Amino acid sequence: MSAPGPLAFCLRLLRRQLILAVRRPIEIGNPLLFFAMVVALFPLGLGPAPDQLASFAPGILWIIALLSNLLTSDAVFRSDFDDGSLEQLLLSPQPLYLSVLAYIAAHWLITGLLLALVSPLFALMLNLPAGAIGSLMASLLLGTAVLSLLGCIGAALTVGLKRGGMLISLLILPLYMPVLIFGSAAVKAAVIGAPAGPYLALLGAMLCLAIALAPLAIAAGLRISIDA
Amino acid sequence: MSNATPLLAVESLSLERGGRELFQGLSFEVHAGHLFQVEGVNGAGKTSLMRILAGLSRYGYSGEVLRNAPLLYLGHQSGVKGLLSPRENLALHVSGQGSYTDAQIEPALAKVGLYGYEDVPSHALSAGQHRRVNLARLYLSDSPLWLLDEPFTAIDKAGVAQLEALLVTHVEAGGAVVMTSHQALQVRYEVRFLSLLEGVLL
Repeated sequence: MSAPGPLAFCLRLLRRQLILAVRRPIEIGNPLLFFAMVVALFPLGLGPAPDQLASFAPGILWIIALLSNLLTSDAVFRSDFDDGSLEQLLLSPQPLYLSVLAYIAAHWLITGLLLALVSPLFALMLNLPAGAIGSLMASLLLGTAVLSLLGCIGAALTVGLKRGGMLISLLILPLYMPVLIFGSAAVKAAVIGAPAGPYLALLGAMLCLAIALAPLAIAAGLRISIDA
Repeated sequence: MSNATPLLAVESLSLERGGRELFQGLSFEVHAGHLFQVEGVNGAGKTSLMRILAGLSRYGYSGEVLRNAPLLYLGHQSGVKGLLSPRENLALHVSGQGSYTDAQIEPALAKVGLYGYEDVPSHALSAGQHRRVNLARLYLSDSPLWLLDEPFTAIDKAGVAQLEALLVTHVEAGGAVVMTSHQALQVRYEVRFLSLLEGVLL
């Protein structure tokens, strides 16, 4: 009855979070639905001129991805906090750094990854040139992972509050800005035929930094929230 | 016994909440074979004490808590996920203290009276059954030190008797238990009482 190794435990947590998500499909569907609705609204608001839409598309797609991430990150630790599982996680002999990464990985798989995979469809709705779709997917794959990591910092800090939604936005939006800037810049570069590589490399660097540091902040945030 | 390293040692612990002193200068040691029951009226600070002992509360108190053994803490909230079955709740538990196979989980669930409920979604279970899923962790645990906050809540009479027997088995096997409860324990074992105001009662 020995304790599982850290990696095995991480995979167990990942599996647990994915099972919980799959049994609540509405939470997987909501961000995608939000994305689809907002994309459908833009041509109505901006006017359906295809050229105009195409020039706004990189920014629009990235802003919606950011907002849908913001909407879902609030819930990452919420139910575990409410039912006491979070206490047990903090008392676990397993390294919290890795456990937290498993939670984030699960969040990214059911929000960011799915969003990146269906983004070509939305890109076509906004008349984004076909040549930029590769960069859009790549930038979303990297960028949403950073957003999930950052969003979970806010989630960890506000999980003890009844209504943390607004506070989480205030805390986290400034940190989201660089991701938005370089993410949409990568797509814009691809639209005009310039190489998107440098922007993607920067997003990759942000991802490395976030993977290294965000779990530390999240672990500390969770300990504070549980203590209160 | 006093020469051995205590599983848990508390040194002049004081806690103040909302301008009120809940306890002051509380010192005691929990050794293998000890069965402690924490006494106090509602609001006396029993749960606060348990959270400090477990290490969940890390600020706001003064004094020292030394933990020398792996511990199992069961709090007011069961930590049972409604969307998972009792079997999954135990197999995928976040505490990460063990890897349990079906051959271990099934007898543990049977012992807490959940035979036949292993694969029912937990949200279909009653409050008492939720608590029982959580108590099944005691049968699986190999942590020597158990911190139990009101373990008898929502448990029926037969379940309480069974749980008392389990606690005695655990302390006789060299474990230790610190628990809060308003019920008197019906056990043939020396129960040490801990009063938040007066310390260990002899």
